[in-house]
Amino acid sequence: MTSTLFFVQVLNGLQLGVLLFLIAAGLTLVFGVMDFINLAHGVQYMLGAYLAVAFYGLVGNFLLALILALLASLAFGLLLEFLVLRHLYERDHLDQVIATFGIILFLNHAVRVVWGAAPLTLPVPDAFTGSVLLAPGQLYPVWRLVIIASGIGVAVLLYLLVTHTRTGMLIRAGATNAHMVSALGVNIRRLFMIVFGFGTMLAGFAGVMIAPIISVEPGMGTNILILALVVIVIGGIGSIRGAFAAALLIGLVDTLGRSFSIDVLRLVMAPSPARMAGPAIASMLIYVLMAVVLYLRPAGLFPARGR
Amino acid sequence: MAGAAAATAGEAGLLRARRDIVLPAVVFLVFALLPAFAMLTARHYLVDTGTRIMVFAVSAVALDLLVGYAGLISFGQAAFIGLGAYTVGILSAEGIGDALVSLPVAIAISMLFAFVTGVVCVRTKGVYFIMITLAFGQMVYFIATSLAPYGGDNGLTVGARSTIAGWQVLKNDTAFYYFTLLCMLATYLLCRVLIVSRFGRVLRGASENPTRMATIGFTVRRFQLVAYVIAGGIGGLSGFLLANSAEFVAPAYMAWQQSGELIVMVILGGVGTLDGAIIGSAVYLLAEEWLSGMTENWQVIFGPLLVLVVLFARGGLIGLCAWAWRRFGHA
Amino acid sequence: MPEPVLRLQGLRKSFGSLVVTDDVTLDVMPGEMLAVIGPNGAGKTTLINQISGLIPPDAGTILFDGADVTDLPPEARALRGLSRSFQITSILPGFSVLENVALAVQARQGSSLRLLGRAANEAALNEPAMVALAQTGIADRAFRRAGDLSHGEKRALELAIALAMQPILLLLDEPMAGISREETDRQVELLLRLKGKLTMVLVEHDMSAVFALADRISVLIRGRVLRTGLPAEVRVDPQVVTAYLGEQME
Repeated sequence: MTSTLFFVQVLNGLQLGVLLFLIAAGLTLVFGVMDFINLAHGVQYMLGAYLAVAFYGLVGNFLLALILALLASLAFGLLLEFLVLRHLYERDHLDQVIATFGIILFLNHAVRVVWGAAPLTLPVPDAFTGSVLLAPGQLYPVWRLVIIASGIGVAVLLYLLVTHTRTGMLIRAGATNAHMVSALGVNIRRLFMIVFGFGTMLAGFAGVMIAPIISVEPGMGTNILILALVVIVIGGIGSIRGAFAAALLIGLVDTLGRSFSIDVLRLVMAPSPARMAGPAIASMLIYVLMAVVLYLRPAGLFPARGR
Repeated sequence: MAGAAAATAGEAGLLRARRDIVLPAVVFLVFALLPAFAMLTARHYLVDTGTRIMVFAVSAVALDLLVGYAGLISFGQAAFIGLGAYTVGILSAEGIGDALVSLPVAIAISMLFAFVTGVVCVRTKGVYFIMITLAFGQMVYFIATSLAPYGGDNGLTVGARSTIAGWQVLKNDTAFYYFTLLCMLATYLLCRVLIVSRFGRVLRGASENPTRMATIGFTVRRFQLVAYVIAGGIGGLSGFLLANSAEFVAPAYMAWQQSGELIVMVILGGVGTLDGAIIGSAVYLLAEEWLSGMTENWQVIFGPLLVLVVLFARGGLIGLCAWAWRRFGHA
Repeated sequence: MPEPVLRLQGLRKSFGSLVVTDDVTLDVMPGEMLAVIGPNGAGKTTLINQISGLIPPDAGTILFDGADVTDLPPEARALRGLSRSFQITSILPGFSVLENVALAVQARQGSSLRLLGRAANEAALNEPAMVALAQTGIADRAFRRAGDLSHGEKRALELAIALAMQPILLLLDEPMAGISREETDRQVELLLRLKGKLTMVLVEHDMSAVFALADRISVLIRGRVLRTGLPAEVRVDPQVVTAYLGEQME
């Protein structure tokens, strides 16, 4: 285990963290402001990736495909909101869980019907292909650095929006006490739509950005959704700050855990059992982390709702 | 005025009696007679289908206890099924195939996992609870996929059905069917008893108004933990049955989609009725078989169907029937 | 000098920069009825919530029946004899009226981990429950669904639940809120009968009820205790009149 290898994995961890943040940010706001369990958020991410592939096939330009995919993501999200989700805001969580579960089933397989089950790919845009030399003999893909940079950029943008605009203030207020905001005469429906639409776009954006480095396939939203849920649970529902901190934490713990679990275990046990136990323990790490955090702080690290 | 009230009270009582006694009696009678029907009509596959329905119904009933009565929406029930199933699979791979060992161990391991994770889960509320149970379920799933010596991603074949004290009784499909029916009956009766007990009443009260219950003097999370552990143990039983029924165990048994399907089974029949869980399991699994016979991507039809059920038929099938009775029943 | 049943010392609570409870120190003596009055937003309900354990104070101590309960959860305080009614009716609407009260009896009796037997039929629970219902005058409603009661009946049920716990201290958070004159009179009558047998803290806006019942009155303005004293004194205290009573008294 060299220090450059460690550094590479730290970068990978940051990249995963940033991706998780993009997905978790929208999710935590929807949960926080609207008290709405949206399990279908993961398919927005998947849809972003598929739409990027589809549009790239049409226009041949990554940036254009990105913009079109974002717009289409937003449109689709709003359509979903209008058709189904807005009827569920007043319902209890069980109904929301089942309905959004139904949407996941539908979309995971609709995507299969439209694009087939085989994984699709999206090429990295020309300007960012290739790798950067981090240290002698250690290359790192430029695109991954772009993802990290764009994720931090979005985080800064979100921070500015939420703290320096009127809408942002309403969102923060809504996350703390939605009924009060509504009682003060704010058009809560429109606020919900803005929150939801924006969250949808963030998830779609994450999908587009990740598409060049992974395979785009049905069900790709599932695992990342669960990680995003862990992020917002640890970060505190309704808190963007919490989502950012938790996302980076989870990204790093998960990546470093998977890379070095076997090595760490070999310090205390023989290579063969270490090789078996390593991956198992690595996959448990973030859940154990979540359990510890929730045991000590049942409302997460930075809960939005005041007490 | 009083007369009308008494009349509706009488009707409500009649409706309740129908539901409390007649409905489950009919349900269990249908299951009891199914093998005979299968034999008479030479449709042996019905016995397998019936077994499969009952295996999941056992878990669904326990889940209804949590969701419908305790108000705990657990999105991780599949984890207990998986734990029970893998106990059977792993013990079998190590040469231990007797139910007198594997069944208690399966239930014990499930209850232990339920206890350890439950301690954390019951400290959370609402949305957090749903997500943390989901996450713990996934944790078990990932552990299972990383168990290379026991099949990893691909799963593990179980050599043969469990013996009972050395006797190969469960090998016969019909015998296994009735064993499973017995388990389903025991689970159902246990849950029925729990609900009306002092313990069950605290759970139900906490589901309606946890603050009130706390200010009366109940440490609500203790009761919820007990319920969660009981449901976990029953899930382990279900897993034992599943491993034996399919003679195969796979990580998919514990995937969150499986937990989601269990919740769907509960609400399809009618959440908070116990009978609904059994009926819902039957409806779901039969619909799945029927629809997947028509098209490979049957979820494209089933997904929207679920959404429609949530939007328009909240009480599930039992709710629909009760509504129809009130609307179109006698004058 | 008998020990106070409830002693609050230096209680403080803020929500962000808003100070809701400002260095509150109070004693409630055994058998007395202390009324806490003050304008809306004075922090009365927050104070009750801290006493009953639903909100943790930022600073200060709460001594109940001689023991420090500041860090105890509401269920622990309830079992020690601290009972409360809620300003916004907090009952179990899906249960029968009788079961609502029987649950309070059950909490006190313990053995709730009993997994067998039909709780709804247990005489050991139902009989004390009926007594509490009779005290508050709604025994004839015992088998109705609690959610179907009128507002005034629900308030009576709140009180019955609180009484069934056989408390040492009863916290009443605006029991007269939103009920008719007739029902208010009945509640006052009931509370008068309980006086002396039970120690009570009454938060109320209805001044006629307060002056009919209270042995002492504490006036809370913006989280701070302005004055505690006998009703006759408080009534004419110039500070109190300007800050609060001036608006209340015709």
